[in-house]
Amino acid sequence: MSIWEYANPKKFITTTTPIIPWIFGAAGLCIAVGLFWGFFLTPDDFRQGSTVKIIYLHVPAAMMAISAWLMMLVASLIWLIRRHHVSALAARAAAPVGMVFTLIGLWTGAVWGQPMWGTWWAWDPRLTSFLILFLFYLGYMALWEAVEDPDSAADLTSVLCMVGSVFALLSRYANHFWNQGLHQGSSIARVEAVTGADTQERVSNVFFYPLLVCIVGFVLLFVALVFLRTQTEIRVRRTRALVARARREAGHA
Amino acid sequence: MKALLIRDLRLAVRAGGGFGLGLAFFLIVVVLVPFGVGPEREVLSRIAPGILWVAALLAALLSLDRIFALDFEDGALPLLATSPLPLEGIALAKALAHWITTGLPLAVVAPVLGILLNMEGPTYGWMLVTLLVGTPALSMIGTFGAALTVGLRRGGLLLSLLVLPLYVPTLIFGAEAVRRGAEGLDGVTPLLLQGGITAGCVALLPFATAAALRVNLR
Repeated sequence: MSIWEYANPKKFITTTTPIIPWIFGAAGLCIAVGLFWGFFLTPDDFRQGSTVKIIYLHVPAAMMAISAWLMMLVASLIWLIRRHHVSALAARAAAPVGMVFTLIGLWTGAVWGQPMWGTWWAWDPRLTSFLILFLFYLGYMALWEAVEDPDSAADLTSVLCMVGSVFALLSRYANHFWNQGLHQGSSIARVEAVTGADTQERVSNVFFYPLLVCIVGFVLLFVALVFLRTQTEIRVRRTRALVARARREAGHA
Repeated sequence: MKALLIRDLRLAVRAGGGFGLGLAFFLIVVVLVPFGVGPEREVLSRIAPGILWVAALLAALLSLDRIFALDFEDGALPLLATSPLPLEGIALAKALAHWITTGLPLAVVAPVLGILLNMEGPTYGWMLVTLLVGTPALSMIGTFGAALTVGLRRGGLLLSLLVLPLYVPTLIFGAEAVRRGAEGLDGVTPLLLQGGITAGCVALLPFATAAALRVNLR
């Protein structure tokens, strides 16, 4: 019994089908609890007022946008090395989800930035690298759509995903070069650094626990969506194969 | 490899359309900018490095789809792939040919066009150096993009969507080095980082390019 058994599409579908509703339920529960806790049961920040509550959408979405790309990278590597179709399809399935998370991160960031920085958008390192990540998602999805042969498409997008990861990192650090940004540093690292001292500059524990619940919720949501979309991709491909076979047999008859 | 390089260069020069077109495009973009932002000298001289860099980027983009598409259509690419030269070497030779026909002329012409944009004294040297250092990376990344989209019928638009985000680091470091040089600051650090990107691209991307070509030739 190895983990590779789940690379069998049929096994994948039979394993994930019963657990998808549970993951969706848990994700919904976590997000609902986290958002309710965050929105109504935490105090307003003494400087930012109630706008600080956007953090419960902004931070998890931004984290998942990056994690989704990493997951695609791992799935692409598995596809290139072991040629498991489910892996390639999972990478394909994750891309639109990751793109939507990136968009949520950008959008909530803009909504948050408007009252806080007085601007919707600034050419700040973090913001810019996120925009570039968004473009990478677009290019990746466009390449999947454009290549007709599914195996070639999987190969090409895997190569693109690897090259893109390197350049996404590069852009991230290149951006540090031209502007000291408005965006604060990593919120989570600050949370971990909280020891009571200087809490006003960091996210204090009051805000941290609901945030953590929200992050868990977003992770679960991502997993559920990717499972569901991978199943869809498998079924689409199977349908296509059946149609092709029917057409071939009709041609023979 | 040398034969392939010389063949590509000859094709680029004699077939027409590819060689001069990029430069003409570069010139037109640079001429259009003063119409857009107005002819104030101070404004132009401040934004000149950025404009030249962006224009060079777009001009390099213009000729990318020709790198492999023509050979793919007339069947020369599968022949090249079966030649004793490894595909990685072919990718490198193609990128080099693209650089000699676009990147190098762009770098040489850019300071001349800088006069039109009222660029200041020390900026000319920086412009030339950063373009010389940066354009090989542009050609190499572009060759990778061209290899990804070679089998597609309408790959041109997709190619620009794939390649432009990859150009971002080169653009940032290049424009930053020129800007710092123009202000009399030390522009060496971004220049070195840009050189690092170029070196990394030339070292690693031929393998990715060859992998993409193999998939497309399968």
